[in-house]
Amino acid sequence: MDKMVPYPSGAIVPERDVEKTPILETHHLGIDFGGLTAVDEFSITVGRTEISGLIGPNGAGKTTVFNLLTNVYQPTRGTIMLDGKPTAGKTTAQVNRMGIARTFQNIRLFSNMSVLDNVKVGLHNSVKEGFFASVTHSLGYGKAEKKANERALRLLDFFSMADMANADAGSLPYGAQRRLEIVRALATNPGIILLDEPAAGMNPSETAELMENIRRIRDTFNIAVMLIEHDMSLVMNICEGICVLDHGKIIAKGTPDEIKSNPAVIEAYLGKKKEADGNAQG
Amino acid sequence: MTFISNLINGISLGSIYAIIALMLNFAHGDVIMIGAYVSYICTTSAGIPPILSVVIAMAVCTVLGILIEGLAYRPLRKATSLAVLITAIGVSYFLQNSALLIWGSNPKTFSSIVPFDSIALFEGKLIITAESIVTVAVCIVIMIGLTLFTKNGKMGKAMRAVSEDKDAAQLMGINTNSTISLTFAIGSALAAVAGVLLCSAYPVLIPTTGSMPGIKAFTAAVFGGIGSIPGAMLGGILLGIIEIFGKSYISTELSDAIVFAVLIIVLLVKPTGLLGKKINEKV
Repeated sequence: MDKMVPYPSGAIVPERDVEKTPILETHHLGIDFGGLTAVDEFSITVGRTEISGLIGPNGAGKTTVFNLLTNVYQPTRGTIMLDGKPTAGKTTAQVNRMGIARTFQNIRLFSNMSVLDNVKVGLHNSVKEGFFASVTHSLGYGKAEKKANERALRLLDFFSMADMANADAGSLPYGAQRRLEIVRALATNPGIILLDEPAAGMNPSETAELMENIRRIRDTFNIAVMLIEHDMSLVMNICEGICVLDHGKIIAKGTPDEIKSNPAVIEAYLGKKKEADGNAQG
Repeated sequence: MTFISNLINGISLGSIYAIIALMLNFAHGDVIMIGAYVSYICTTSAGIPPILSVVIAMAVCTVLGILIEGLAYRPLRKATSLAVLITAIGVSYFLQNSALLIWGSNPKTFSSIVPFDSIALFEGKLIITAESIVTVAVCIVIMIGLTLFTKNGKMGKAMRAVSEDKDAAQLMGINTNSTISLTFAIGSALAAVAGVLLCSAYPVLIPTTGSMPGIKAFTAAVFGGIGSIPGAMLGGILLGIIEIFGKSYISTELSDAIVFAVLIIVLLVKPTGLLGKKINEKV
């Protein structure tokens, strides 16, 4: 199987990980809804510290792929290997613990909870604490809670959000809510993070900051990032490997330069050349 | 003096509603009834001390709550809320009729589990029953404990996350099934306490004992603001006071009608309830 990035590209991460098992592999993944095939023959390999992009026209099945990867949907065909282990039959929560986290196209924070608590929900599985300790604030509670607080604050600080820790998540401005979703996902300590349209609704300067943040996430946490995005300049700028989906099928895979010049991609986005000419004349 | 004594009775009854109102589930009133029966059987047939009988009732109801959740509600996790509601009504009838089958339709006279005497004040003009003092105290302890638990604890945070957005919580690695089970376990254990307190104050125990308090507690939750612990407390106590005052100053027959009329007015004026923030989808 081809890696989405076939060779070490760029020197952002000192040692590339071509030798190690990929963080994510899918083989002939497919799902049908009733008679409709939403995704078919989806086979990719994502390296441990790779930034990859999933693009394609509206309705191509990109979010469905994310839902498959996180076991929100159970695949009709094919297998998913996460960190070298199959995810079949696992629950969404179990798959998360195996090392995959995500954000949502429409922000889905716990809006009635504080910013800090949102991150601490993400830390759920890394905090050990007894039932009664949490009521009585005794012994184990203090220690575990202090640790969780520290970690949550450090994560927030990474995105310059520590000063908002006590605000209600729902009251944050839009851009900050998007960032908080990423922080919350990172709190679950994933090996790969899936970002569903992270730049949606952002202005150019916010998008530039987001790009910087995505690189920092990869470099600091040493994890893979996979994103769905319609903003082509963002995708072409930061993704090392790109996978193009159309009508549920992969029509192209490769580096940004390869994708830009791929005739099948141009056709999917702009229509067939003849048609386009015809429209222009008509 | 009657005013003060009515007020105390109202607060005490309202405290019971508040404990029940913590859990939004139409069959919850019947779990209360089962808790009261278990405590009754323990004390009368087995001669177990009252306090221990409460502990046994809590244990039985915890198991019952987990079973109800696992067998009746879990398979409906992805179903519409209407399906869940109708199932809850089914569970309610199932519990009532099981009680009828096991314990019969004859009313049982529940003897109070509170071992203290009533307190007489102002030369006997104002009598405060020990039950009402214990009820209010227990309610306050439960509310404080639960507030601390949901605010600070890891499991409490998971519960809040699951109640706000089940799918997102799951993607944060939270096991929603076990979190919801835990919610039912805690809610049902507290229901047993509420059942024993209710029957200590109003000692007639029949299989439908829990249904009216269950519905009123639901009303209290909506009244105070769904999903908020202080809301449940406020809604429950206000409802208890309205009910008792309605009974003594207006009409015994109409007291329930007054309670529900107040609910309708609150929903018209403030649909999110008195302390409600935002209405989230909740099963």
